[in-house]
Amino acid sequence: MASVLRFRKLCYVESAVKCTSVGYESFEIDEKLDKKEEDVLSANNFALEINKKRKQPKRQPKEWRCLDSCCWIIGYLCTTWWLLLFFYHCFPVTLLRVPELPGPGVRLKLEGLTALHPVVLVPGIVTGGLELWEGRPCADGLFRKRLWGGGSFTQIFKRPLCLLEHLSLHYETGLDPQGIRVRAVPGLVGADYFAPGYFVWAVLIENLAKIGYEGKNLHMAAYDWRLSFQNTEIRDHALTRLKSKIELMYISNGYKKVVAVPHSMGVIYFLHFLKWVETPPPMGGGGGPGWCAKHIKAVMNIGPAFLGVPKAVSNLFSAEGKDVSYIRAMAPGVFNSEILGLQTFERVMRMARTWDSIVSLLPKGGEVIWGNMDRSPEEGHVCDFSKKSHSKTSLTTNNVNNSDLKRGFLVKDLANYGRIISFGKPASILHSSKLPTSDSKVFSRTSTSENFNNFSCGEAWTEYDEMSRQSIQNVAADKAYTTTTLLDLLRFVAPKMMRRAEAHFSHGIAENLDDPKYNHYKYWSNPLETKLSDAPDMEIYCMYGVGIPTERSYVYKLSPNSRCKSIPYQIDNSVHGEDGSCLKGGVYFADGDESVPVLSAGFMCAKGWRGRTRFNPSGIATYIREYRHKPPTSLMEGRGIESGSHVDIMGNFALIEDIMRVASGATGDEIGGDQIHSDIIKMSERINLGL
Amino acid sequence: MSSLRRRKPINESSDSKHKAEEEDEDHDDVDADGDDDVNGKNKKTPSKIKKKRGEKPPKQPKWSCMDTCCWFIGCICITWWLLLFLYNAMPASFPQYVTEAITGPLPDPPGVKLKKEGLEAKHPVVFVPGIVTGGLELWEGRECAEGLFRKRLWGGTFGEVYKRPLCWVEHMSLDNETGLDPCGIRVRPVSGLVAADYFAPGYFVWAVLIANLARIGYEDKTMYMAAYDWRLSFQNTEVRDQTLSRIKSNIELLVATNGGRKVVVIPHSMGVLYFLHFMKWVEAPAPMGGGGGPDWCSKHIKAVVNIGGPFLGVPKAIAGLFSAEAKDIAVARALAPGFLDNDIFQFQTLQHVMRMSRTWDSTMSMIPRGGNTIWGGLDWSPEEGNSCAKKREKKNETQIADQAGSENAVCKAKSANYGRIISFGKDVAEAPSSDIERIDFRGAIKGHSAANTTCRDVWTEYHDMGFAGIKAVAEYKTYTADSLVDLLHFVAPKMMARGTAHFSYGVADNLDDPKYKHYKYWSNPLETRLPNAPDMEIYSLYGVGLPTERAYVYKLSPHAECSIPFKIDTSADDEDTCLRDGVYSVDGDETVPVLSAGFMCAKGWRGKTRFNPSGIRTYIREYNHLPPANLLEGRGTLSGAHVDIMGNFALIEDVIRIAAGASGEELGGDQVYSKIFNWSENINLQLDEEIPVHSSS
Repeated sequence: MASVLRFRKLCYVESAVKCTSVGYESFEIDEKLDKKEEDVLSANNFALEINKKRKQPKRQPKEWRCLDSCCWIIGYLCTTWWLLLFFYHCFPVTLLRVPELPGPGVRLKLEGLTALHPVVLVPGIVTGGLELWEGRPCADGLFRKRLWGGGSFTQIFKRPLCLLEHLSLHYETGLDPQGIRVRAVPGLVGADYFAPGYFVWAVLIENLAKIGYEGKNLHMAAYDWRLSFQNTEIRDHALTRLKSKIELMYISNGYKKVVAVPHSMGVIYFLHFLKWVETPPPMGGGGGPGWCAKHIKAVMNIGPAFLGVPKAVSNLFSAEGKDVSYIRAMAPGVFNSEILGLQTFERVMRMARTWDSIVSLLPKGGEVIWGNMDRSPEEGHVCDFSKKSHSKTSLTTNNVNNSDLKRGFLVKDLANYGRIISFGKPASILHSSKLPTSDSKVFSRTSTSENFNNFSCGEAWTEYDEMSRQSIQNVAADKAYTTTTLLDLLRFVAPKMMRRAEAHFSHGIAENLDDPKYNHYKYWSNPLETKLSDAPDMEIYCMYGVGIPTERSYVYKLSPNSRCKSIPYQIDNSVHGEDGSCLKGGVYFADGDESVPVLSAGFMCAKGWRGRTRFNPSGIATYIREYRHKPPTSLMEGRGIESGSHVDIMGNFALIEDIMRVASGATGDEIGGDQIHSDIIKMSERINLGL
Repeated sequence: MSSLRRRKPINESSDSKHKAEEEDEDHDDVDADGDDDVNGKNKKTPSKIKKKRGEKPPKQPKWSCMDTCCWFIGCICITWWLLLFLYNAMPASFPQYVTEAITGPLPDPPGVKLKKEGLEAKHPVVFVPGIVTGGLELWEGRECAEGLFRKRLWGGTFGEVYKRPLCWVEHMSLDNETGLDPCGIRVRPVSGLVAADYFAPGYFVWAVLIANLARIGYEDKTMYMAAYDWRLSFQNTEVRDQTLSRIKSNIELLVATNGGRKVVVIPHSMGVLYFLHFMKWVEAPAPMGGGGGPDWCSKHIKAVVNIGGPFLGVPKAIAGLFSAEAKDIAVARALAPGFLDNDIFQFQTLQHVMRMSRTWDSTMSMIPRGGNTIWGGLDWSPEEGNSCAKKREKKNETQIADQAGSENAVCKAKSANYGRIISFGKDVAEAPSSDIERIDFRGAIKGHSAANTTCRDVWTEYHDMGFAGIKAVAEYKTYTADSLVDLLHFVAPKMMARGTAHFSYGVADNLDDPKYKHYKYWSNPLETRLPNAPDMEIYSLYGVGLPTERAYVYKLSPHAECSIPFKIDTSADDEDTCLRDGVYSVDGDETVPVLSAGFMCAKGWRGKTRFNPSGIRTYIREYNHLPPANLLEGRGTLSGAHVDIMGNFALIEDVIRIAAGASGEELGGDQVYSKIFNWSENINLQLDEEIPVHSSS
């Protein structure tokens, strides 16, 4: 009650303030009223005394019942609300607006930039919208409505099981289940906003429009991000359509090459596309070997997940990725509650495991890239969780000092980032010689048949249910996994999924790129197993945020409740490192943009493709553009104009400016070449990869 | 709280009984709030006071007027929320269930029915929306349009029309001289299926057809909405947006990704003309055309299924251009009929609308083509003998076909002169031509307009015209299709100068004349040849049975200062000659007369003619209009109206069958309810090449 009253008061104060700004007269009236009121009050006091002397009326008028008061309060609230709403609408638009910084678009337009090269946007995983084209009866009335993204996700709460069913793919084929067709939303609306008010591409689009971009030279290459890349072609002809769109834009914009701007997983999707388009027809697009050189000016990768992300591991292993699927961020409470019958995680996991695309995000390059039991390229990285909160504001000024300080601070327990999954904290710290040796026999499914859970549980089936208690424990007994053994682990715990997905993706490093087997499409999205196309004039940019702790490896434990159908492993949230250690809540952090570690985003541009290497035979120029993360200074700024985090970076003004300059004709050297804040060069040097 | 206080003194007189206590209460309340304000931690005070009140009967609060109001509002809100909740909790099939309970089981939508028959998606489908129905969004605008970036200006809720009408008009207008964007404003068509599936929320255009096609397996990769900016002239959509190139590329892509199956194109309304233009453009060589080569259409197109196509223009367009009075060429009026006549545009709504729509070149594509040959002269018209059987129709709707003959006999006595598309005065419209004294307006001096200075910023070309000009127009008395074009040149020379660069309204004498290679002839079926594609099929699907505007009776506006000087004489009525509210109507789909929609397929292109040298087969499919039986049916599943026909089940079924591979014969060939064949006979149009040059073409 009190709070309600206060709220009312607050409202009135606000409206009063607004009144004054609307017109001074109303204020005067108020004052007059106040005076009158005082008179009235004194009169009332008098009257009150008189009244007391009088007899009370015989019958009390209706008493305040609870319901009445409720109605009364709601009535008040509504009236106030409407009043405020009315005022709000009466205001000139400019008055209420946050004095927004003019975006880079306005500034660059004044500089005289105009649209030159057509731009293709390639959205990443999860951010693209999906809509229903054919569904089961439970999805009645959702035809061509969004099941994913764009809308308000109300359907998730209304009919969660139905939605999960429709978003899942077929477990064997990785394509549509019978009778369900869910398709990507085409056009710019496909991924401009993920949810109302939560922009993805919208800011970039708006700024591009300022210098003259519009539908004819701006294209969103929407694709169904759940499918494996080749399957988007098989089912939807997405790659063919992209090819045709690029060719069309190239021709209809006066033979200006296209600037592609992929984001997140879109980066490896576009890599796949570049290989696909030059490959001859049955498997590829038949564009011929000069296609890329002819049609593409630059590929500006935003937050590229070239070498995968460790998050994908935890997601597949235990459905616990912090936001590789935003689901959890959207509704953190929901998943621990019981609305889905205690099986939220299992169901989500089951759905996610039908999505081939997540497998494309598993770390690539094995121990060479990601480090082995005792060594990792990020060695010596220092985390400063504690410091960060103190010195947030002085981050810029103290930057140099800070990093010096960090070096001095070093460090008792070095993080063994190479061990992507360890069971128990000791396993993550101890030297490898002290760990039980990795025994491949663990991965033999001797006792698969005795899965005793089968009968008692609901229908949320995951492949874990086919594993016996014994093998579950065997897995944990192996203590620590590196990137290479991790793949074996996944093959063990989810054999069907991996069999399906590994027909489409490969995670190794090529010994000899001329081996004819590398003509197969499953290698196309792995930068370590393909050559870049022969396009010496093309430019490749790696643009990503740094300065945010990013998940790099995990400490796991066995789930305490071996209740039926629950996932047998979970991240050990209780494990924390000391101050200055990168271990927090069971997760080792490294530098990155909150989703993609610097290593994955930057290595290819920093070393793998730099100059003429075997992965880049024609010597395509590469540029690294890092953007140091600065949290928004005030709430008004929303998600910040200097953010470096994985998705919010799309609203980073510096990044937008870079893209716009390149789109209007600048080269990498003209925008300033490399711009590096992280240790990516050092890290890359530690990686011993034959180039 | 302040408003509460304000009320108090007024209540004083009315119920003085409880007044004192109330004021006391209020006083307390205010104090409590004051406390609260001063030391914010004292939050519980008010509630405690409330409790005390509850316990002590003498301090019982009484109902004041304000409280009652609030209580009432609260009640309503709660009920509303409850209903909303129930509505949301309701299973989605509930409304359908109710409908079925009332009207009996609904027929299966055609998609479901045909899926049961085993039809599957075969040919890719291309939709070409018509005028007005496509959405437009803002890409760059003036300051007044801030915050509308990539929001719909046209289509959707039209919220902005009400919020900032002048700003909206400014952004929707094109440049008066070029017919392209004004400086600093870029309004572009929405792309994708969303461009024209719904015109406004709940008002479907293509949505029903799309949904039914999806039932048999169509999806994004096999459907394509060829959205274009319908305000521009057709060639300008290519010049500005490369729309024609995009359509070409998309059709090629559809064919390539669907195993070489040709596309079925479904244009609607003005889209019909647009696609006609496209077919010529795509085969024309590169600088002016798309450079697809002479057999592009035969390689890529299986059938063109025209829905409600105004091949020969619509008389409505005349009224729209002449006096901004067309009933719904700008649906704006239909959307808000009262709103246009009131004051929010400062009395100049119609002028604003007129000024805006006159900058749209596309409206000029709909001016009747073919002149007197097609639309009739002063004394004859192809529809001669048409009778308005509206009354009778209502009595025995089902027997129209049988009655046609007898109706003819009844009405012969007095027949409307449809040829006179505009007449000044009812008497002129009815008099025999010999009695009309006409003074040619063509040479007349326009005079100067005194109104020029006094009228605010609404500029229409009428303001360049003085009284003499207006008088000259009126004294010509009556206009046929031929002289109409001259009339428009006279009253709006600049607009027509723009328009004639892009459109032509004549009939070609000799199609081999090299001048016909110019793009301005491409959208006129009477001045172009169909492409050389003998396997292609052309369908004309349209509704019949609705009175459709055909000719107008005009008068001079009484107050001729800043307003438009001409106006439809709504007082003119005549039961026998189909004259109602100053409009002569004939059979049609409410917008397009049968003649315009059907003539080309009934005669102009039938067989091998000079307009159709390769003998593309044509089919006419008419759909008799039946109004929805009850409100629950919405816009009806048997409608024949221009836009509502897109929800006509019979039409959808035909379209689906064609898309799934059926040919015109398999569909049942022609299906005709109107007298289109008779009327076509009345038209004396030469169809054979003068010189027997079949072999050369």
